[in-house]
Amino acid sequence: METTTVFTSKQNGAIKNENEVIKKMMIILSKASLENVYAAFILANGARSEGIEAEMFFTFFGLEAIQKKKLEHLHVATVGNPAMHIPTMLGGLPGMEAFATSMMQKEMDKLDIPPVHEFLEILSASGVKLWACKLAMDMFHLKKEDLIDDLDGVLTVGDFYQRGSGPGMHMLFV
Amino acid sequence: MLTTISNKTVSLNEEGYLTDFSQWDKTIAHEIAQQTGIDLTPRHWDVINYVQDQHTKEIPLTIRNVGKSGVVDIKEFYQLFPAGPLKTCTKIAGIPKPVSCI
Repeated sequence: METTTVFTSKQNGAIKNENEVIKKMMIILSKASLENVYAAFILANGARSEGIEAEMFFTFFGLEAIQKKKLEHLHVATVGNPAMHIPTMLGGLPGMEAFATSMMQKEMDKLDIPPVHEFLEILSASGVKLWACKLAMDMFHLKKEDLIDDLDGVLTVGDFYQRGSGPGMHMLFV
Repeated sequence: MLTTISNKTVSLNEEGYLTDFSQWDKTIAHEIAQQTGIDLTPRHWDVINYVQDQHTKEIPLTIRNVGKSGVVDIKEFYQLFPAGPLKTCTKIAGIPKPVSCI
């Protein structure tokens, strides 16, 4: 049987050195606004769908994205967000955040982007490791029971760095 | 680009995807799977048949949709095709690589 090697290295031109390949994305989420949470989720999910490993570290306000009671109530930031193209004072009016959030969710539905709870399930099923920051949990008086069941554990910054050491590891702060 | 797989001449794009589905057959699928380190099992074929069917119906493929299809859940989908499930199984299935980020 005649076979070729076109499907492996030759396909992309030059053969890549092992150190040039992205092996794992370590993504730190420190914010709770919907646009940041989704950015981090999509980056982690996109890594896995390319065959790249991914881990997420939820710290400070990022912990809201994995709190059972809060994760479905995240909002788009309308104040201090120049991309809103509305005066800051208008962004602070009651109902503005809810309005902007529902507009964004409608657009995301059209693109088949899942809601936060389902996105977390997809990430976990895809093999993304989900870690909570110990210090931030202590600061916000959170217990493990307050967080999603799919959580892989609670880590210190040092633990997280350990997991991200080695060639081909990349860290992203959102 | 033209190349030969299992004594058949097929045309591939620069990423190794077949550009003409009519050139696809099961022997070619096995060959492409071998190249990506996969031995095809009946479970792989369930998924390959499903994505080909969706492609024929012109329904865009996403990992989320495949996970909801009832054919395979997301966890098993990743186990069957570890190096990126959607891009690997579409390559084996002889259909274009999906463009979605989700």
